Amino acid sequence: MSVQPALRLQGVIKRFGDFTALRGIDLDIAEGEFLTIVGPSGSGKTTLIRLLVGMDTPSEGEIWLRDRRIDPVPANQRPTCMVFQSLALFPHRTVGQNIEFPLKIRGVAPDERARRARELLELLRLPESYYAKRITQCSGGERQRIALARALAFDPEILFFDEPLSALDYRLRKTLEKELKDLHRRTGKTFVYITHSLEEAMVMSDRIAIMRDGRLEQVGDAEGIYVRPVSRFVAEFMGEVNMFPMRGLADGGLRSEGVAVEVGEGVAASGLTLPPEESGTVIVRPEFVRFLDAAEGNDFVVQGRLLEEYALGSRLQYAVEVAGGARLTVEKLRENRYRGEVGDTVRLGWDVEHTHLIPEA
Amino acid sequence: MDSLNRRMGALSAIPMGVVLLLAFIFPLGVVAGFSIMPPNVFDLGHLPDFSAYGQVIEQGYWTSLAWSLGLAAASTLLLFIICWPLAFGMAKVFNRFTLVMVLAVVITLFVSENIRLFGWVLTLMKGGLIDGYLKAWFGLELSGALYNAPVIVLGLVYVYLPFMLFPLAQGIAMVPDDARQAAMDLGASRWRVFIEIDLPLASPGILVGSLISFVLAAGALAESKLLGGQEVIVIADDIESAFSYGQNWPLGSALAMVLILIVGALAIFGLSRIDLDRIMGRAG
Repeated sequence: MSVQPALRLQGVIKRFGDFTALRGIDLDIAEGEFLTIVGPSGSGKTTLIRLLVGMDTPSEGEIWLRDRRIDPVPANQRPTCMVFQSLALFPHRTVGQNIEFPLKIRGVAPDERARRARELLELLRLPESYYAKRITQCSGGERQRIALARALAFDPEILFFDEPLSALDYRLRKTLEKELKDLHRRTGKTFVYITHSLEEAMVMSDRIAIMRDGRLEQVGDAEGIYVRPVSRFVAEFMGEVNMFPMRGLADGGLRSEGVAVEVGEGVAASGLTLPPEESGTVIVRPEFVRFLDAAEGNDFVVQGRLLEEYALGSRLQYAVEVAGGARLTVEKLRENRYRGEVGDTVRLGWDVEHTHLIPEA
Repeated sequence: MDSLNRRMGALSAIPMGVVLLLAFIFPLGVVAGFSIMPPNVFDLGHLPDFSAYGQVIEQGYWTSLAWSLGLAAASTLLLFIICWPLAFGMAKVFNRFTLVMVLAVVITLFVSENIRLFGWVLTLMKGGLIDGYLKAWFGLELSGALYNAPVIVLGLVYVYLPFMLFPLAQGIAMVPDDARQAAMDLGASRWRVFIEIDLPLASPGILVGSLISFVLAAGALAESKLLGGQEVIVIADDIESAFSYGQNWPLGSALAMVLILIVGALAIFGLSRIDLDRIMGRAG
């Protein structure tokens, strides 16, 4: 049985003159889900959220909120709302008046509004004394919470976020990411979040949609996207990755192109294959690459020279130059660090189960 | 550092301060001085005497004062209504076309006010531009277009448009777009956005524009003379006659002082309510 999605996008296209910002977006967002749309700047995510909240209309395609088509409905008649990147708090109003704004528009009586505003202050862990404060007297993190409270006062069916944390410093951002996730759980509302920061997406979301050049490149949970990216773009976007071009052999095996990667016997048997003469890319994450002893074998083996060691806090990162000029990145926890010197010739290897193959598109 | 800056600031303000003192404050002082002189004297070497103020009250000058303030208030209100959409367009919509508008408005200031008003006289007078066409095409006669209070308001609106338009555009430019969008997103209609967001956030520009227009219109003379004929006597008219035909400087000065006090009080009240730093774009 298929459950009706809270929000459904069907073939959404948006053009600005000759420029096509969105090239056909299809996406179902489930009730109560926390979905994050991630993409580099210029990927069209801001255009997409403007369509989702009703600040713009699609050139083609449909947007459905449950069983109501909403793409022609202007923002002020939609039961959804957004937390803006700039937060867009009203500087001439107090904290309380900001939070009460949507209720005032709806014609809720003043004492009921005040009661609700105080409830929301409490929900967002702001002291009640903030009710009468001016926006200019509040810190960045407090403003963030006020903007959230105002959006929640609207009681939206879906709450959209346009990178609201991007202006904050790292530590505050980390705290608020967790608070937001917690708030999502407590309110049970559907959250759709837009960001260019993958880290933010991974911490908070149930599902991630990766956006590139006006298309959704891959949609799935963080784990799935990290381990099984559908493209080199997604693989690289999801963090440090090693990639090796490969070509399929007639016997079902793989032959490395350009870089001298020895491909073991067991690889073909594991199902990691390409059709003969087709090319593809083998990817492996830095934490799965091991330093091998002289006699030790592995599914994939490569030789190189250790160029540099970088300390990343809990982990260490190594840059290895492989014959053919390619570079490999290896990461180890501190306790598993490489016991040699920079400049050593090293053998590296990884298991087929930690390897993912992307066929050439 | 801060106190040094302050001292340097005070020092560099001295030359301009002296100019302002000589060019603005001193003449005002002379006017104030004459306003408490006995009637029909031409120097300040007499004992103070408040008879000129008595004359202002007894001889019914309050009607011309009321006309001046009323016409100024009406034209300021009309200017606000006319200029809001234009200023909004200049601040938010027109982009590069804004420059064309600014030029179009500023270039009209190159021509003397009196000549521009005569243009209106020629347009509206009996046998003038409009009347002539109406008669030729439709056989209608235009009567009473000139020489009444509404046409004076038209003249005031026409002449003082730039003084409302530019501060208003500046004020509207200060309204953040995302505040407007957020208000809409939270369910507000266009009208509610105007009331709840645009008006309060643009209020410094509204106040400055209204103050300038009102002050200028309250002291205006040419509009009522040229377009209004002798139908309406405004306070500036009375002041002029007192100084010229009447040769009664103390009376003219007393009338001027009354106008200055009323308008000055309004200006100070208005300015105390806005943050000039914000309108100048300086962080508070």
